[in-house]
Amino acid sequence: MLVKLCLRGMETLELTQEEQFQARIDADVRIEPKDWMPDAYRKTLIRQISQHAHSELVGMLPEGNWITRAPSLKRKSILLAKVQDEAGHGLYLYSAAETLGASRDQMLADLHSGKAKYSSIFNYPTLSWADMGCVGWLVDGAAILNQVPLCRTSYGPYARAMVRVCKEESFHQRQGFEIMQTLCEGSPEQKAMAQEGLNRWWWPTLMMFGPKDSESPNTAQSMNWRIKRFTNDELRQKFVDMMVPQAEFLGLTVPDPNLKWNEAKQGYDFGDVDWEEFWNVVKGNGLCNQERLQARVQAHEEGAWVREAALAHAEKRKQREEAKAVAA
Amino acid sequence: MMTDSPMPAPAAAAPTPETPAQLFAYVLQLADTSLILAHRLSEWCGHGPILEQDLAMANIALDLLGEARSYYQYAAELEGQGRTEDDLAYLRSAVEYRNPLLVEQPNGDFAHTIVRQFIYDCFHYHLLLQLKSGPDAQLAAIAEKSVKEAAYHIKWSSEWVIRLGDGTEESRRRVEKALGNLWRYAGELTTPSATEKALQAAGYLPDYAPLQQQIDAHAARVFEEATLPVPQGVFMQKGGKDGRHSEHLGYLLAELQYLQRTYPGLQW
Repeated sequence: MLVKLCLRGMETLELTQEEQFQARIDADVRIEPKDWMPDAYRKTLIRQISQHAHSELVGMLPEGNWITRAPSLKRKSILLAKVQDEAGHGLYLYSAAETLGASRDQMLADLHSGKAKYSSIFNYPTLSWADMGCVGWLVDGAAILNQVPLCRTSYGPYARAMVRVCKEESFHQRQGFEIMQTLCEGSPEQKAMAQEGLNRWWWPTLMMFGPKDSESPNTAQSMNWRIKRFTNDELRQKFVDMMVPQAEFLGLTVPDPNLKWNEAKQGYDFGDVDWEEFWNVVKGNGLCNQERLQARVQAHEEGAWVREAALAHAEKRKQREEAKAVAA
Repeated sequence: MMTDSPMPAPAAAAPTPETPAQLFAYVLQLADTSLILAHRLSEWCGHGPILEQDLAMANIALDLLGEARSYYQYAAELEGQGRTEDDLAYLRSAVEYRNPLLVEQPNGDFAHTIVRQFIYDCFHYHLLLQLKSGPDAQLAAIAEKSVKEAAYHIKWSSEWVIRLGDGTEESRRRVEKALGNLWRYAGELTTPSATEKALQAAGYLPDYAPLQQQIDAHAARVFEEATLPVPQGVFMQKGGKDGRHSEHLGYLLAELQYLQRTYPGLQW
């Protein structure tokens, strides 16, 4: 189909629907649910937003693991509120995906069957209280770098959901850093706990930015559609540059013998991520992949009777009200 | 649906020399009760039957945790021995805990969690309505803030009792089973301990008989709408408020207190 469009005062151009769409993207005009969009754009977004929603849901588990063991009432309260925020993020994101025609039931079914992915970082175990610090400081720190550009992503409902998510994530990151700081200023055992946590979480966090640019098949198209605004390697570099001074401030050692300031590029050179481990965890061979998924499936299956009861009761109530209206 | 008409004003407070110690013990009992129930609810986090209810249970847990902290802080102040809220929560053993048996019972299935919550909310909400106009200013202030939250809790759990009772055959069977298991812990809530009796005599706590009537009236309305029979003739257990707990509390505290007990005296 051809449409006529006057673009920035130039002569009227005849553009295909697809070209018109790309022109709006290039002019940074937000795409809204009722706008025409290429199928591939819709599919890419559904994949990305639902993966993101699933990550929030599964991401509740490793931190939820420490709610009952938090070492003070204040920490318990902050951690519970944080995990609850993640449930809230899951809700906004499922709603954003629903505006593209995906149903929550189908998205959950895809998660439970293993068809849909979620962030691999949550397949690592949380073994000490320092892990609550590391998850907030490093994992949420990495998530923020990934997510802040998404506040300007081309799809309106996703961008708006991300604005809310990012506000809360920056609070999460601060509280994670504060846990680390308290540990580092504490007893030798606490400091060792913090270092041991950093040793385990550093590399998996670098993996959160995804495969190297040369091995990331979706990046170019996503950048072109302005769903994505930085490449994986660009964000990984930014993260290292941001985190190394923070680790130094805490008095912790980043577990990378090849880490070195590079004056010329005004950034750090750093060692190679273990890509074999990365792909293994993506394929389901991380320590907690099975447990995380089973926990979600179990919650869903054991909750089936609750959801059915709520529906059945709503239906009975509706019928009674209709009967009353007829009688009146 | 809720009764919030105030009962007759309590007789003017007549503190005795024992009142401060009794008040400390009672505030600690309230703190333990809120903390233990919050802890149980927080065990659901990430495992709820539907995302919206996961959020609701975390919300209620957070409210109760906040309420517990206010009570612990006040108890520490009343005691005046330099103990903190965390000392009181993390460094007392099960026999020193004063929560009623109901709140330490395990989550079970969602029906058990709802029934436990409903029984507690009926008591908690109606108690707070009284405490907020009681003679102790600090306790009244905490109750004033908490009663707004408790009003939401009782609405939430009442609606779920109705949904489960008047939902499917399975949900009805489960909620009936939960009532069968948990109703026996309802009586302790309004059976005054020695401390509570002394504070009632001193005019610091309301008489529990009219409170029981308000609770019964609310529960009867909910059970009717849920098409559930009101449990009758159940032998009521008690002991928690005197430190005689069920076996469940020890495990809960082992988990809750693990870090503070393993690394004594540190800041977290």
